[in-house]
Amino acid sequence: MQELIVILIDGLVFSSYLFMVSVGLTVIFGVMKILNVAHGSFYAFGAYMSATLIGAYYNTDLPEFGGFLAIFLAALIIGVFFGIVLERGLLRFLYHRDEHIIVLATFAMFLVLEDVLMMIWGTDPYYAYEPMALLGAVDIVELTFDVYSLTLIGLAVIVGLGLWLGLTRTKWGKLLLAVIFDREISQAMGINVTVVFTVTFVVGAIMGALGGAYIAPTISVSPGIGVEVIVLSFAVVVIGGMGSIPGAMIGALLVGISRAAAVHKFPEIELFVIYAIMALVLAIRPEGLFAPAQARKI
Amino acid sequence: MRYIDKTVVGLTIAFLVLFIADFFMAEWVRFIGLQSLARGAVALGLLVLWRTGLVSFGHALYFGFGAYAAAMLTLIGYHDAFLLVFAGTLAAGVLAYLLGFLLRRYRAIFFALLNMAFSMILYGVIVKTEELGSTDGFSVLTPTFLGYAPQGEAVQTTLFIFTLVFTYIITVGVHLYMKTTLGGMSMAVRENEIRVEYLGYSAEKVIHVKYVFSGLVAGFGGAIMALAIGQVDPDSMANWTVSGEFVFITILSGIGNVGATYIGALVFELIRTYAFEYAPQFWQFILGGSLLAIIMFLPDGIWSLFSRLRRSEKAPSP
Repeated sequence: MQELIVILIDGLVFSSYLFMVSVGLTVIFGVMKILNVAHGSFYAFGAYMSATLIGAYYNTDLPEFGGFLAIFLAALIIGVFFGIVLERGLLRFLYHRDEHIIVLATFAMFLVLEDVLMMIWGTDPYYAYEPMALLGAVDIVELTFDVYSLTLIGLAVIVGLGLWLGLTRTKWGKLLLAVIFDREISQAMGINVTVVFTVTFVVGAIMGALGGAYIAPTISVSPGIGVEVIVLSFAVVVIGGMGSIPGAMIGALLVGISRAAAVHKFPEIELFVIYAIMALVLAIRPEGLFAPAQARKI
Repeated sequence: MRYIDKTVVGLTIAFLVLFIADFFMAEWVRFIGLQSLARGAVALGLLVLWRTGLVSFGHALYFGFGAYAAAMLTLIGYHDAFLLVFAGTLAAGVLAYLLGFLLRRYRAIFFALLNMAFSMILYGVIVKTEELGSTDGFSVLTPTFLGYAPQGEAVQTTLFIFTLVFTYIITVGVHLYMKTTLGGMSMAVRENEIRVEYLGYSAEKVIHVKYVFSGLVAGFGGAIMALAIGQVDPDSMANWTVSGEFVFITILSGIGNVGATYIGALVFELIRTYAFEYAPQFWQFILGGSLLAIIMFLPDGIWSLFSRLRRSEKAPSP
């Protein structure tokens, strides 16, 4: 019983983390049909920026809880900057090209950014544990969990709900849905698709950066953290159905809880249980669990 | 006059030149050459898939599988290069045949990602297997060639000729195959699968055949690579970034000509070696930068440079 609760809580925390890092990817894919490998860089840059800002913040005498602002500020800076630079500076020249070419261009961008990251922050790890220490720990069924990790669940719910409401209940969301449904027609109807694309890409980038920024206090921020995130979020997004936000949530839950179970029960399969689930889901439902139906082109 | 295939002639000339050059090459040149041939072979498989309209982001699966299959045979006492490479190729081919039943149903980005998922499963298995050296991998002893056991530099010289002969046969084979009906189906499937089905061919079968072929050559490349560097490890053989590099080479080469894949692989190897040599901090930066440059300015790969030249020669002067 106790083990089950531990698996459940660990799983939920890990799922929230997965959702945070993959939702940006799925939003970008849903609207722009671009599989953005550079998403891993957004995550890594977000984590580094957040660690730096938190460090700087706690060197001042400002109130302690303000450290959380630093996290969101970091995500915003990184997301807006890289979102605009990448979309305006690179991707818009490639929209008419083959989708594989665009994936490869973002892969190239990822390689470049990986080294830029090391140019800026060097190879030494960064720590920014203050926000985590601030919240302390809590006992659940005689086991200690740190509160900070648990807040991740709340954040994931807020982000998920926010995106979903924004997409289905606002004018902007409706415009976006129109663009997703048919890019050319919506352009003909007077929707400024160029702006929609840029905004979507920036929002997706902020999401990716926020994932990294929020997780930064719980890890040692060091080179190479972006690589693993990409394949993980690919798996989540593909399981849920590319471009679907509820799909990303279900995918994250599925992957997160199975991994937590694997870690506790069969640690030797931990590394590939995620990809095994992905392969299994794709074998049964090729488009993922929640993918919108596609028209057959003749 | 009989029709002469220019590509076959070109490949044969390149083969003969390299064959002779092998005896005069500096050791590091030969090493780069060997790696280019191995990677070029994998890219050749990807080229065949690409002509069918499919891109795989997971061919490190077959590359790594072939490499590990060959390397594991050396652990139990087999050292003959013919046997090792044959086993590596065959093992990857069988795996591709089995997975092909599933993968042939997928297209576009799903095909690419499902391949990646499978390659990451292999990566996970290797990393978790202590007997195979986990993340460190293990070293592969010097191979023998049908009883001939070269020493010192002769090992690489022999291995180079060995690799050269096989890649030549494979490449010419692919080129000729592409001219057969089944080979020509590639483009048809890419353009319009449903029409292919209406004409009475099974698009899935066409894809399956190409897929098994790409698996075979990737396994071949992997086995050669294992022998060439004398070491197998998961990060440079089975990780997803390795798959990315193969796609990179395919883009670099363009899909216009089978021989171009080796030129692409060579350029890739040179960029990587020199970037690593002179700017170890920035080698990914340089690699990514050159990939971007190719995508932006040479959309049809290096091969398009040659065809552009030829076109401008033929064009009448104004």
